[in-house]
Amino acid sequence: MSAAMNPTPVQPLPEPLLSARQLSVRFGGVLAVNNVSFDVQQGEVFTLIGPNGAGKTTVFNLISRIYTPTTGEIDYLGPKGLVRLTEQPPQDVAGLGIARTFQNIELFEHATVLHNLLIGRHTHRKTRLWQDLFFTKTAFDAELKAREKAEEVIEFLDLQHHRDSMVAGLPYGVRKVVEMARALCTEPKLLLLDEPSSGLNVEETEDMAFWIADIKNELGITVLMVEHDMTLVSKVSDRVLAMNQGEVLAMGTPREVQSDPGVIEAYLGSVDDVSSLRRQTA
Amino acid sequence: MRFIFKTDYGQDIRLAKHGGHLFWYGALMLVLLLAPWLVQEYWLAQLTFVLIYAIAGLGLMLLAGFTGLFSLGHAAFLGVGAYTQAVLTNMGLPFPLALGCAAGLSAAVGLVVGLPALRVKGIYLGIATLSFGFIVEEVLARWESVTGGNAGIHIKKPDMFGWALDSGEAFYFLCLLITVLATLGILNLLRSPTGRAFVAIRDSEISAQSMGIHLAYYKTLSFALSAALAGIAGALYAHQLQFISPDQFNILQSIDLLLMIVIGGVGSVHGAFLGAIFLITMPQAIAMVKDYLPPTIGQAPGLQGLVYGVVLVAFVLFEPLGLYGRWLKVRTYLQMFPFYRKGMFKRQKSFQKSERLK
Repeated sequence: MSAAMNPTPVQPLPEPLLSARQLSVRFGGVLAVNNVSFDVQQGEVFTLIGPNGAGKTTVFNLISRIYTPTTGEIDYLGPKGLVRLTEQPPQDVAGLGIARTFQNIELFEHATVLHNLLIGRHTHRKTRLWQDLFFTKTAFDAELKAREKAEEVIEFLDLQHHRDSMVAGLPYGVRKVVEMARALCTEPKLLLLDEPSSGLNVEETEDMAFWIADIKNELGITVLMVEHDMTLVSKVSDRVLAMNQGEVLAMGTPREVQSDPGVIEAYLGSVDDVSSLRRQTA
Repeated sequence: MRFIFKTDYGQDIRLAKHGGHLFWYGALMLVLLLAPWLVQEYWLAQLTFVLIYAIAGLGLMLLAGFTGLFSLGHAAFLGVGAYTQAVLTNMGLPFPLALGCAAGLSAAVGLVVGLPALRVKGIYLGIATLSFGFIVEEVLARWESVTGGNAGIHIKKPDMFGWALDSGEAFYFLCLLITVLATLGILNLLRSPTGRAFVAIRDSEISAQSMGIHLAYYKTLSFALSAALAGIAGALYAHQLQFISPDQFNILQSIDLLLMIVIGGVGSVHGAFLGAIFLITMPQAIAMVKDYLPPTIGQAPGLQGLVYGVVLVAFVLFEPLGLYGRWLKVRTYLQMFPFYRKGMFKRQKSFQKSERLK
């Protein structure tokens, strides 16, 4: 596995893999993201945290080009040098080496796990329509190659038992892993995980932490994730960005961010808030 | 019960997964090849119709069953193919060229109709294609200088560079050849990246897009391929009937085509064939039992429509996977006897489904 997929652990380079500058998104009267800037270094696990409605998933959707920012831009160090990500059409993002998972799993339900992983190989397709239609030697060889890659990912994430099962019949925890496997099949440089531990039990969350660490260390893939489970966050992330109301609250190591007064206030409220809630005594 | 010992990935890629496939499909092929000597002329003509409808069904299956785009105006593509074939054949073009033009023109029209599919989904796409069907029917009726209007148009026998296919048997073999080629083409597409892209779009557009699948390209491609197959079927249909008129390509024909794939089993290649067999044999079966029914029922004018309606409702309620789904259950029952459990094919409820319109 590791031999085939970029074995050397990537050292953080001075040039960031992804840099977002002054991102803002406005949906009608709602300013969902307000002037957010951050850099993601190569080979790190970068986590976005924040209360519900903070704009984390919106930032994700900006990177995967489901939304276009009202102002600001995202630069990304693609395979062919630096590109302005915010000017790319949405379907080209995967080809640049950015893969993502979804908060509410979006798998191809009426297909087997293997089939889902093979769809993940789409950006690597070599055949043209007529080659597919007549299933030429090239198409057959390309299929074999795709299957081998998919098997590598199956092995990496221990999905052998579920290879031929329909996704519609799989338990939630396994689907989460399948979705991650499908993203890995695209051989990404940057993996976006939207709440990888939501809906998982404690044990599955621990597995997820190991896998994220493995993805970073063994495959050398940079991970950008949104996560609420602070145990998982502090276990795997190198840097954390805390958001609230669409704005950046704090950035730094998990420990620094957790002890930041602004973050604590956003999650728990301030002392003044609490006193104002206290019942007035005569 | 068959256990397949897999030793290489090629086994999963090849069309015939095991010896059983080779044997049974070979046997089916043999029977079809011998059919002209086995059945009477009338039934051979019916078999030809089954093949023609199966080609159209394959096209609609690709679009509705595998890409998830429903078309309520598919008879229009059939009509475009049939009229192109009729006009070109009568001008003296040899059969293969005329067929190519019929397929090409249908595909081009499909491409244009596919454009709204990029914006609308589900029932709205149904309405868009439905109105397209009416437009085409109207054009066929009004453009009298080319189509002959409501009076219809006669079409000459197919002619391949001097070799005239004037017998029913020869035309049957021609249809069989085209059906086999179309089926192999669809099966090949489905096991390759193109077919997987279609399935991905059907199941989740947003994640198909994030996997790098160009939604607009594959949706229009699906429409074009589907229309091309319908066009080919239309061309053969014109030759088989030797006379076509606009009312053969109206909404009832579109509904017949949709009925065919739903009853056959949406999302399976077998379904297109089973549906075609159902569509052709059902009127015959009704005609046969008519005489044994009390006259008030047997001679009632809407009997066929009623039976189709009841069958469709029954399938949607009890067997959404159609005839093919039923066959899968029967086969599993026989293979696993006596261990078959009732709930084996019950689809499990999704734990969490994001809100999106199918």
